[in-house]
Amino acid sequence: MQETPASMNTSVFEDTIARDQRIEPRDWMPDAYRATLVRQIAQHAHSEIIGMQPEGEWITRAPSLRRKAILFAKVQDEAGHGLYLYSAAETLGADRTDMTERLIDGRQKYSSIFNYPTRTFADVGVIGWFVDGAAICNQVPLCRTSYGPYGRAMVRVCKEESFHQRQGYELLLTMMRGTDEQRAMVQDAVDRWWWPSLMMFGPPDDDSPNSARSMAWGIKRHSNDVLRQRFVDMTVPQAEKLGVTLPDPGLRWNEERGHHDFSAPDWDELKRVVSGDGPCNAERIARRRAAHEEGAWVRRAAAAHAAKRTARSRRGAAA
Amino acid sequence: MTDEDLYVDGDGARWAFGTGFTDPLHGIDQTVPDGVDAEDLAACCLALGDDALVSAQRLAEWCTRAPELEEELALANIGLDLLGQARLLYARAGRADGTGHGEDAYAYFRDPEDFRNIRLAELPGGDFAFTVARLLVLSVWRLAVCEALATAPDPVLAAIAAKSVKELAYHRRWAAEWTVRLGDGTEESAARMRAALDELAPWLDELLSDSTAARLGAEPAAVAARTRLELFHVLADAGLNRSTDVSPLDTSAFLPGSGRNGQHTPHLAPLLAELQSVARAHPDASW
Repeated sequence: MQETPASMNTSVFEDTIARDQRIEPRDWMPDAYRATLVRQIAQHAHSEIIGMQPEGEWITRAPSLRRKAILFAKVQDEAGHGLYLYSAAETLGADRTDMTERLIDGRQKYSSIFNYPTRTFADVGVIGWFVDGAAICNQVPLCRTSYGPYGRAMVRVCKEESFHQRQGYELLLTMMRGTDEQRAMVQDAVDRWWWPSLMMFGPPDDDSPNSARSMAWGIKRHSNDVLRQRFVDMTVPQAEKLGVTLPDPGLRWNEERGHHDFSAPDWDELKRVVSGDGPCNAERIARRRAAHEEGAWVRRAAAAHAAKRTARSRRGAAA
Repeated sequence: MTDEDLYVDGDGARWAFGTGFTDPLHGIDQTVPDGVDAEDLAACCLALGDDALVSAQRLAEWCTRAPELEEELALANIGLDLLGQARLLYARAGRADGTGHGEDAYAYFRDPEDFRNIRLAELPGGDFAFTVARLLVLSVWRLAVCEALATAPDPVLAAIAAKSVKELAYHRRWAAEWTVRLGDGTEESAARMRAALDELAPWLDELLSDSTAARLGAEPAAVAARTRLELFHVLADAGLNRSTDVSPLDTSAFLPGSGRNGQHTPHLAPLLAELQSVARAHPDASW
């Protein structure tokens, strides 16, 4: 069989992208496209898994059984998202155990937002509203991303994130109708999470080295700044209805642009947190590492049992 | 302004839970039927509700700590099922005992001595083997109880039990599969399973002699016999039986007292202190 010339592969790939069709696992793809996707999907999966921690801490303390059930189910959803994102990465040849090890030893990243602490139960609501809201802005366009398995995983992720955002907002609405103390808790949580949430969209466009190529490949559909603007525009009226103040004196409607103007987040803070110096980086990774290491004997046992069963059934078949 | 208007994008109808959702038994005839002793019914619902809540709390402690993502999901599933059972049972208890209390009054505003869960449920989490072993015992036993209660003379309890049966069948399957994997896996996993079974054996008698649901149709001797037999079969598959006796676990060292009378180990108080911390710190708040 004659090998397909590389130039032909490239042109089929580029044609697929140009026609806005999906690249599937068995299709030829440039190595750099594959590597970029593995990096992005792994980072996304890790974010889901590490993202379980800040809210997961409140499941055992949730102040009503209804809130406990909602939060427990939400954090479980995040584990599910992690699972199907790792599976999407595996279609590109990546291995889940290897990705987990890369997360633990710092070679692969996760979203910096999860390096901030959750101080009160209001944080659960604000994370749902802001963090899941920002994730939705980022992820809805990914439902049309050029790599098929990733896009299809995102469809389900987005539906669940949307539900989570509503649950978060509904908690805050309930708290705002409660006591003065509760209203103060909500405002405090809003003050702490607003800026880190804006940073979730990544650095500004003129300082985002990987963006252009990801856009050209159809992996990424909108720039960081466009998505950040969309989030601000979506959130401002929700904050007004809720009765909280977003902590940005520069925030105002710009009639001419048809968008809200807002101040720039502290990009140095983002760099510090990304590089490992956030309030909870060490704690988050230590927890993930401990779970992985403490579970090693269980995974070994499951593998040993599976091997024994296979051997037994082979012997049974041979007899 | 209505609640619906508050969901800025105007499609509040897509909410699965309305914001006014407070009564899990809403729309159901909650009258206690003639011939059913309301006190027995309330005690049964409270005891089974407390077992479920305390177990769910222990399972929630696994969150982000499971050995594999699939087990993270499974443990959360089981925890959520049990939490759901607790909520329904508390709602029924609140009607049967005449107080009209809602679920949160039972979960958040009772002290440890007022809890009626069996002590096995409150023991600290331990390792994955202990979690599997405890869940195996509790789910086999609770399944036998709920199957019997599915024909209880109180239709509300019967319906809750029937719903629980479906859930518990999965819990039992998950725990049994892991018991076999760990028992048959490596030397370390088998040793850990044996240690876990030894650890829970002294608490088993409290379960096997429990008569909480007796007057509602779950006959203790029948439940105990079935529990022993099922445990025997699972432990046999796992290579963990110590003898061919159908009492696979040595319960001779059982510990006197019962959580059903409010006699608990020192482990329940800290569990509840954590569970109740936020609710009690803000008693006038609405969540």
